[in-house]
Amino acid sequence: MNIQEDKACPVIAKHLKIALVGQPNVGKSMLINSVSNAHLHVGNFSGVTVDKTEVLFDYKDYHFTVVDLPGTYAFTDYSIEERVTHKYLSGGGYDFIINVVDSTNLEKNLQLTSELMSMNKDIVIALNMSDEAKKEGIEIDAKYMSELLGIPCIKTSAVTKEGIEELLDAVVKVGSQTRQESKLIFSEAVEEEIARIVEYLQKHKHEAPNSYRNIAINLLKNNKKTYERLHDNPIWTELQPILIDAIKHIELHHDSDDIKEAFAEEYAAFNKGIITEVVKQVQTQEEKTVTQKIDDILIHPLFGIPIFLFLMWGLFQLTFEVGSIPMEWLEAFFGWLGDTIGATIANEDIRSLIVDGVIAGVGAVVLFVPNIIILFIGIALLESTGYMSRVAFLLDGFFHKFGLHGQSFIPLVTGFGCSIPAYMSARILKNDRDRLLTLFIIGFMSCGAKLPVYVLFAGAFFSAEMAGNVLFAIYIGGAFLGLIAAKILKLTAFKGADEPFVMEMPKYRLPSVKLIWHTVLTKTMMYLKKAGTFIAAASMLIWFLSNYPHNLELEEEFGTKIELASLAQEKKDLSNELAVKHLEQSYLGTIGKFSEPLFEPLGFDWRMSVALQTGLAAKEVVVSTLGVLYALGDEVDEESRTLVDAISKNISFASAVAFIVVIMIYLPCLAASIVFTREAGGIKYFFYLFAFTSILAYSLAFVAYNIALLL
Amino acid sequence: MKTLKDCKKNQKVRVLKLHAPKELKQRLISFGIMKEAILEVIEYAPAKSTIEVKIGKMHLALRAREAELIEVESI
Repeated sequence: MNIQEDKACPVIAKHLKIALVGQPNVGKSMLINSVSNAHLHVGNFSGVTVDKTEVLFDYKDYHFTVVDLPGTYAFTDYSIEERVTHKYLSGGGYDFIINVVDSTNLEKNLQLTSELMSMNKDIVIALNMSDEAKKEGIEIDAKYMSELLGIPCIKTSAVTKEGIEELLDAVVKVGSQTRQESKLIFSEAVEEEIARIVEYLQKHKHEAPNSYRNIAINLLKNNKKTYERLHDNPIWTELQPILIDAIKHIELHHDSDDIKEAFAEEYAAFNKGIITEVVKQVQTQEEKTVTQKIDDILIHPLFGIPIFLFLMWGLFQLTFEVGSIPMEWLEAFFGWLGDTIGATIANEDIRSLIVDGVIAGVGAVVLFVPNIIILFIGIALLESTGYMSRVAFLLDGFFHKFGLHGQSFIPLVTGFGCSIPAYMSARILKNDRDRLLTLFIIGFMSCGAKLPVYVLFAGAFFSAEMAGNVLFAIYIGGAFLGLIAAKILKLTAFKGADEPFVMEMPKYRLPSVKLIWHTVLTKTMMYLKKAGTFIAAASMLIWFLSNYPHNLELEEEFGTKIELASLAQEKKDLSNELAVKHLEQSYLGTIGKFSEPLFEPLGFDWRMSVALQTGLAAKEVVVSTLGVLYALGDEVDEESRTLVDAISKNISFASAVAFIVVIMIYLPCLAASIVFTREAGGIKYFFYLFAFTSILAYSLAFVAYNIALLL
Repeated sequence: MKTLKDCKKNQKVRVLKLHAPKELKQRLISFGIMKEAILEVIEYAPAKSTIEVKIGKMHLALRAREAELIEVESI
């Protein structure tokens, strides 16, 4: 424990902060769940994109704070997870490390343990999944292992709850003792060099909080922090040549030009020794494991892909069929809420702001929650069972041709439903560049909200028999454009060496209901909280732009006209006309008029320009805007015959084609754009996306317009 | 030079040297693919674009392009 902290604050001296570290798929989260199960109180805090979970509980006389760090294979900075973990561990804001290892695969897991041993912190090893190891005939002598490593090793199992208390006891006990020097032993060549550096440090009576041996090892490993600490010290000038010589010697010994590779080999050799001493494999089973049997079917060269496509199809059926049921209820609820609250507000402007602005806008966000929940349950299932990595294995070959990653498939297909969960599911891509590239092309997969626009225009310009084919062509065309766009981006903006694809294919596991529930709940709450607050603000803005400035003259003029009109139809026509006039002179209308020349080369009039711009708020709005602007009233949908007629009369075929092209490509709706910005990790990416989609949409629409004119 | 890419399904090999650039080498090492490691080829994805290998008890997927950088010998 940190001595300074003890002095400064004796009251909370018994506070233990523990970093929970382990490789991926070792059952770390399961273990922490079973600990907190017994002692309760789980609190969450989320980072930018990767969540660290903090668990607080009391055990005996200690307050435990356990920080559950994302799984990492080694101290590299390849994925977001690894970066988060590495940064946290190097920061040193914790007292202990609990290193969770998979008892059934000790050799691989100990590789990370070796690196942790150079952190100069107390460690306790949890030999997790000991029940599974027992089943597989693996016997580990934990006591002997503790002696050999100088680190307490406790057998645990999150499933049977074995060893949880012992683990905590070990932490408490280690906390009350002075730290033992780790017993990691290297090859003769490395030990020789360590001894030389230690001797040098002793000679100069170098003052440091950690042992000379620890400093020597870290220097040899090129540890940045140790370098920084010693760099300004006068002994550095003498130490540096010694160090260079030492590293050369070690590299020569390992026939490598990479000191990290040399150390990895050192660790592997040491761990192999430990394994031979403490692990007994009772019987080596030659027969296939369950995982291998399942894999024979699921990643079969012929059947693998069809099986996957079928599973995805099932998931989407569920998402959009089952998800649409509560959607109707939600819609009705927000309608009712708007009416009820609206009735209590006397001031017309404030009522309109609350009902048409805030409630309608937030309602639109909440509407997607059922979809998101179902989709995330599905994705969590795919991920936690270990199937996701098989999908990447199967599809990587195809997607790699377009500069994408095998796992890009999931977010891209999700994009056909709704871009919001699609952007969120892109998190399964561990590498930044792969993820960004995927995020940029998700919009090309036409989302469900664009369907009404397509239906409207296809119905206006094609016969009923052809309309279906046209729709299909639009969707396929969009996806195809997306793949080409990915290739273009890969060759330009995301240029550079291909990211390597090296991925573990974990054992198949039965999913834990609790864990899935937890994941889905966290993600949904995050969506509601962040998108919800932004959306409320943004809908208020759109509401304001389309309602102001008020033109009292206009209102009075029409007010009297409407009063004078006798027929109901006449009244309706007049109020529609008022709505058009009003919208025309609103800020939004002014923008539409102002931007008309810009859209003229595409053959759009000011109404189409406005519809495109309101479509930035939500694609559903495009149809209703067109309805209002063509003076048909608010209550139109894509089936409305009159709107179809109005469109085929007022809009030329060429303009319609250009309009569809723009709808296919341009910026996704506001909610999706906000989620995109958050997932991409910065507002600058939003501007990139805006520029990229706008330029592409504009130029392709221009080409399409001119070709269609020739037809 | 024989590489992991040239192996057949169910073949067992020993790693001799990694010819990968620094970053990829670190990545491979973190998964235990280093000198002296024993690998077994388990499965190929369609068009042989991706290879599944077994190392110890872990199954790993890597692209053919990466497998090409791993020098091996049969055992």
